[in-house]
Amino acid sequence: MRPEEIALVSGLCRAGAGMRIAEQAYLIDSRLEAVARGAGFAGISDLLAAIRAGGDQALVWRLVEAMTASETSFFRDKAVFTALEADVLPRLARARAGGPVRVWSAACSTGQEIYSLAMLAERARLGGGDTHLVLAASDLSASALARAKSGLYSQFEVQRGLPIRLLVRHFEKVGDMWRISPDIRRQVLWRRINLVADLGAVGSFDVILCRNVISGMEPAFQKKVLEALARVLPADGVLALGAGESADAAGGALQPVAGQSGLFRPDPAARAAAA
Amino acid sequence: MRTCLVVDDSRVIRKVARRILEEVGFDIGEAADGAEALAWCRGAMPQAILLEWNLPVMNGLDFLRQLRREPAGDKPVVVFCTVRNSPGEIEQALEAGADEYVMKPFDGDILKAKFAEAGL
Repeated sequence: MRPEEIALVSGLCRAGAGMRIAEQAYLIDSRLEAVARGAGFAGISDLLAAIRAGGDQALVWRLVEAMTASETSFFRDKAVFTALEADVLPRLARARAGGPVRVWSAACSTGQEIYSLAMLAERARLGGGDTHLVLAASDLSASALARAKSGLYSQFEVQRGLPIRLLVRHFEKVGDMWRISPDIRRQVLWRRINLVADLGAVGSFDVILCRNVISGMEPAFQKKVLEALARVLPADGVLALGAGESADAAGGALQPVAGQSGLFRPDPAARAAAA
Repeated sequence: MRTCLVVDDSRVIRKVARRILEEVGFDIGEAADGAEALAWCRGAMPQAILLEWNLPVMNGLDFLRQLRREPAGDKPVVVFCTVRNSPGEIEQALEAGADEYVMKPFDGDILKAKFAEAGL
């Protein structure tokens, strides 16, 4: 790829999703080749020429989706799920006194994160707990959302992080694929949300998972998104970031939860100052 | 040192599994069928067993049922690693006392994650 082509791709990702992309040409090649062919172009150069010439927004968006797509897995970074199941969700359920605890997977990709939570919630109900979760999931990628909604996963995907007893309990085999049960699927509300553009009216959530997204964003967007997420949370709400991600860009609006790596809570002082 | 017995009639699979499990700190023993595996366990019970279902002489499921009746046979963590992948078969394996279950083909990440899932 030519340097000006790389600059074009990286500019589109920054403008569309606030994302910094790895500028190695081979990564761009491997991700955009399929987009180019799928849209009927002979190669990436033709695709980019068409975008430069006409600015077809649908094409631009397919490019941004392909470049910002990320792999995920069931129960990724298990410590976060352990903390949610053992501590955060029961505490919030008590505080809500039987009302629902609202959970949002804010960059759900192909859905493993929100389905993992749905399976945990079912286990808690069977264990006699009264945790009632409202589960919402969003992503900026329409194709990732479509896959997530389908609940269909390859044999490789259902072996990444998913205990075998949960596979047997919640999935059926469909040809070479595995499909999560309709009972679990219908618990999730799906929305297409671009975190850098659409955070105005998402509603309020007690727990937000936004993992492995912030660190890929331009610093200015990191700040904007983290501050917006902090405003969505109630005072006792919790934000989960990816392993190793920090909320420093929020300038104090989010504070790490002591002893629970990856979890953050809104800072009451920053909240009071903003009010 | 923890020991894992790898039970598979394919020498290639045993070699691949050995390499992956040695990386996470296991001493590896090998057996090519269920009867060999049972003899191995009667000599020295391993901490973990990676087990194919389809085996000559004595298959993996029969081996597992027999193992769980042996003295200290409840101790090893048993992870199936097999081409059999229907939900009914997986349930049968769990009922027979398997702790985790890997469907072939597998890779190092899957095997390591499944062992961690099984508490190893």
